[in-house]
Amino acid sequence: MRSSATRRAAGAPWLLKAATWAGVLFLHVPLALIILYAFSSEDKSYVFPPPGLTTQWFAVTLERTDVWAAVTLSAQVALLSTAIAIVLGTLAAGALARWQFFGREAISLLLILPIALPGVVTGIALRSAYHTLEIPFSFWTIVIGHATFCVVVVYNNAVARLRRISPSLLEASMDLGANAFQTFRYVLLPQLGSALLAGGLLAFALSFDEVIVTTFTAGQQTTLPIWMVQELIRPRQRPVTNVVAVFIIVLTFIPIVTAYWLTRAAEDGSAR
Amino acid sequence: MSVASLAAANPAPSLSDRLSTLIFSRRGLLPALLIVPPLLWFGVIYLGSLLSLLANAFFRIDEYSGTVVREIGFANFVAIFSPANLDVALRSVTMAVAVTLACIGIGFPIAYYMARYARGSGKALLYVAVMLPLWSSYLVRLYAWKLLLAKEGAISWLLSALGLQWLLDGVLAVPVIGGSSLSFSPLGTFIVFVYMWLPFVILPIQAAIERIPGSCLEASADLGAHPAQTFRKVIVPLAMPGIAAGSIFSFSLTLGDYIIPQVIGNSTLYIGQVVYRQQGVAGNLPFAAAFSLVPIVVIGVYLWLAKRKGAFDAL
Amino acid sequence: MTSAVALNQVSCVFHAGGKTVQAVDGVDLDIRAGEFFTLLGPSGSGKTTCLRMIGGFTLPTAGSILIHGEDMTHRPPYARPVNTVFQDYALFPHMSILDNVAYSLMVRGVERSEREKRAHELLEMVRLPDAARRRPAQLSGGQRQRVALARALINRPGVLLLDEPLGALDLKLREQMQSELKSLQRELGISFIFVTHDQHEALSMSDRIGVFNKGRIEQIATPAELYERPATRFVAEFVGAANVLSGAGAQTLTGHDNAMIRPELIRFGAEPGARARVTVAEAQYFGAFWRLHVASIEGTRLLADVPTSAAVPTVGQSAFLHWDDGAVHALGAA
Repeated sequence: MRSSATRRAAGAPWLLKAATWAGVLFLHVPLALIILYAFSSEDKSYVFPPPGLTTQWFAVTLERTDVWAAVTLSAQVALLSTAIAIVLGTLAAGALARWQFFGREAISLLLILPIALPGVVTGIALRSAYHTLEIPFSFWTIVIGHATFCVVVVYNNAVARLRRISPSLLEASMDLGANAFQTFRYVLLPQLGSALLAGGLLAFALSFDEVIVTTFTAGQQTTLPIWMVQELIRPRQRPVTNVVAVFIIVLTFIPIVTAYWLTRAAEDGSAR
Repeated sequence: MSVASLAAANPAPSLSDRLSTLIFSRRGLLPALLIVPPLLWFGVIYLGSLLSLLANAFFRIDEYSGTVVREIGFANFVAIFSPANLDVALRSVTMAVAVTLACIGIGFPIAYYMARYARGSGKALLYVAVMLPLWSSYLVRLYAWKLLLAKEGAISWLLSALGLQWLLDGVLAVPVIGGSSLSFSPLGTFIVFVYMWLPFVILPIQAAIERIPGSCLEASADLGAHPAQTFRKVIVPLAMPGIAAGSIFSFSLTLGDYIIPQVIGNSTLYIGQVVYRQQGVAGNLPFAAAFSLVPIVVIGVYLWLAKRKGAFDAL
Repeated sequence: MTSAVALNQVSCVFHAGGKTVQAVDGVDLDIRAGEFFTLLGPSGSGKTTCLRMIGGFTLPTAGSILIHGEDMTHRPPYARPVNTVFQDYALFPHMSILDNVAYSLMVRGVERSEREKRAHELLEMVRLPDAARRRPAQLSGGQRQRVALARALINRPGVLLLDEPLGALDLKLREQMQSELKSLQRELGISFIFVTHDQHEALSMSDRIGVFNKGRIEQIATPAELYERPATRFVAEFVGAANVLSGAGAQTLTGHDNAMIRPELIRFGAEPGARARVTVAEAQYFGAFWRLHVASIEGTRLLADVPTSAAVPTVGQSAFLHWDDGAVHALGAA
């Protein structure tokens, strides 16, 4: 939307500008504070400003076995859920991207539902299913839940990319002698690749960070978010929690930014 | 080109060729094959879970053995309407509405600025700045507020540095929203909710405002309307689908959340907490199932209202 | 004369959003070996669908398609000895130009050195010898079109299908490519099946033209026959400007119930021997000629093209029209 030249020259009313920057500050100060606290030398409370700065807590955290166990579990769950989500999401995108058929809208709604409904609902639904079928809590009960809501993330990326691939590319490939499998391998997959990667990274970040559905499906197991919630309610060693928080920021931030960058790069590159 | 050389150029079809041809000649085969695995997964696992949820809502717990009795009954639904539970439901809905209004109030100016005044790299920067919190972990952001709101935390420190400690004490003394400290009060819960969902509300509003053709606003001015009138009569109605879409996020996310009230709130309960508490071995799973239908119904109503405001076109 | 491609009573019906569309309706076509054949018609007339059926991208719902005498109606595209140049060129964006051109050899398992050698030869032929290592995004529209051509021809197909390949090019480039394509076809000696909605293109390039309208072929003929002796009113009006007369007006002026006269065959002259007396309503300047819109006393409207070198009547003036007997072409009923 183009504003008129006069308005652009006048600039925004100062009140609006102030409100905007206040809002942005509101969004970012808490995160900055966390990073500060990770270096705080105070270990008994959340006092501000921190009495001193130190890096000792990083070493302490690295020695905490419960932290490592939680990280390992979260990573394993995330990797496996992402793998499942990539397969199911790509298959679903392949089926729904182009063809019109009966029930197509219903199926895409079904894929979105796990994320659209509140986590509590998805969580308790899975919980009651496990209970009814007398399935004990295990690594797999967590993975099943995570894979289910991660599918839509991969699906969205895959469908968006598939819709941008011109059908004439696939026809050209077949015209030149490649059968369906060769076309998939030489033409479709390379085009789809970065979208699947982006979707997979987002799914990983989503799974790694998820807590609500996980608490319903994990039983006694502790993923990193569950560990975090326990620390939030009953802090054990505050500085360690601070360090873990910084660690989580980095671990979820990197995949998301990479996915964002991948999607943007592809959009610019294939704008033909 | 002779037919003979044609045959030489095309050797006998391989297995993948024959499979390809099969897929090719039956138009509906490929999408049907592709959709089966995801459909099976979602049908069995997800729909199955939802069905079991629904079924459990009608069952009840045997008080002595603690096992679920699989008989259809409406005891759970009657229990939902008990004063204590109604209280919980009402509190959750009130909080959701309050959070939504606050998010819109704070988010609209930001969205407006982003859509109408920000340009080029400044705009990209602002976009990233709004998205950045979304990219960091929900729990970390919650933890950050725990630190901020703590009695000895940054906000306290700031207020006492400004000599406004009395203001904080006054607010905390107010009965319904106050508490022992900000981090153990409904007010604190409210602040954190607003913080969490703000980006979700800003982005759809910004997209909707951006879609308003500049020529509409110029036409309004040309026809004699003051900026305030243009805002009220043209911008707000046209931005409404985006506002409605953003509000869906803040409303439904607040209604279903139980971690934030648990970490930041006092002992008053919200829907999510009740469901969570009851789902354990010591609890009443059927009741939890029934109670979880409440947010579904409320969100369903909200979605219907939002759809009428055009939210689905703005998503 | 051997048949390269034959369509027998081919129909194609689409079902889209609850509606049934008869895209192609009972088309018979016989394209000879070594011929430059154009499928001409307005958009939606079925010409592209026909081309796609020959290529194998769309399956006919009735009828049969024979390529080099063999029934290939239900064969997938990769099993047909035809290749296609697509309207949007469809170059694979993630491959280099050389890999694009060599693609069909690659999927058939030809060794790298052999297929790269052939690909270089083809690039020489379309005069893009230095483009091998570049990517499609780095080339201009005209260059991409030539790469698409090279890629389609590397297999030495007996039939080349071209789906409005020149539509995206600007006028000068288009005219240049028209003559290049024509000479390429003559050189290669294979059949070209060309789809376009541009009648100038069709007339200048083709050995024969099939004119499509609403899923049917109205006429198959050489360009000259099509222009001078159109079979139906539609063909008359589609291929060039035409005066199509029917009813009482036609009877008075030509003695036929339905007739056509090309505007350039109408001359202005003196009253003796004139065919009609008209007033000039409008005049359009086309550089090489003036197009005058005239109306007779009975109300029949005609177009007359007059070279700018001749004396041109002005608007509002009264004038007399002359034409030879041979200029009148009787049309079938509508």
